[in-house]
Amino acid sequence: MKCAELLAALNEYVDGTVDPAICEEFEQHMAGCNPCQVVVDNLRQTITLYKGGKPIELPAPFRLRLHAALRQHWKKTHRPKG
Amino acid sequence: MDAFEELTNRYERRVYSLALRLLRHEQDAEDVTQQTFLNALEGLENFRGEASFATWLLRIATHAALKVIRKRKGLDTVSLEEATEETDRYDTIPHPEYIADWRQSPEELVHQREVQRLLEAALARLDDRHRPVFLLRDVEGLSVRETAEALGLSEANTKVRLLRARLQLREELTRTLGNPARRVIRGAHNH
Ligand SMILES: [Zn+2]
Repeated sequence: MKCAELLAALNEYVDGTVDPAICEEFEQHMAGCNPCQVVVDNLRQTITLYKGGKPIELPAPFRLRLHAALRQHWKKTHRPKG
Repeated sequence: MDAFEELTNRYERRVYSLALRLLRHEQDAEDVTQQTFLNALEGLENFRGEASFATWLLRIATHAALKVIRKRKGLDTVSLEEATEETDRYDTIPHPEYIADWRQSPEELVHQREVQRLLEAALARLDDRHRPVFLLRDVEGLSVRETAEALGLSEANTKVRLLRARLQLREELTRTLGNPARRVIRGAHNH
């Protein structure tokens, strides 16, 4: 495996969905190629960081408007019959 | 309605964050968020639980946001897929340049305010074709298949775009978070 081939298999490797035969080649390459090893580490850390990030809070006035709109919509469509 | 309000409380931040990150415009993100929950309220009976409720909501939000993006670009009649299929191939993916161990672990970094700003800024610099894929797959945790379905892309194309997004973010983050003393230079023999 060359560095460029490792790059093409990178997604599957970090997601743990890589074919076992390719996985072995991948790990053999990394053992002998420090730059690729560090790229894989960096990439894992990048994904972990984004996954762990907090969602953005709604602006408070918008949140109130949103909930009011939903309640109003509900009332309009669920009017008691009679 | 109480049950739906409960669901809204639970998921409104994720829907709003996705919309804001996709659209980078507060008013548009608010409109998309409101539309998403209204659509969900109306279509609740159609939710069959094949996917999780979160995935279903994020899909509705993605469709609404893509509609806004298309309108902005004047592409009302052309799908995002058709308009942008061209260059997503593995052999044109840029090779990593700045390679260095990070100074701190993601666990230490994630709570830092300036790191959050860095993450948002790096996301904003992603191409419109790559940002949605990364957001759905890696930020929101959808599978590759769910991401592809939500965006109307093939799985193959989704994977290439995801790789481009991940590598670009790695590059940008490592330039700031990497330890220059631990920088690795790729030797000529490695190529
Ligand atoms: Zn290598």
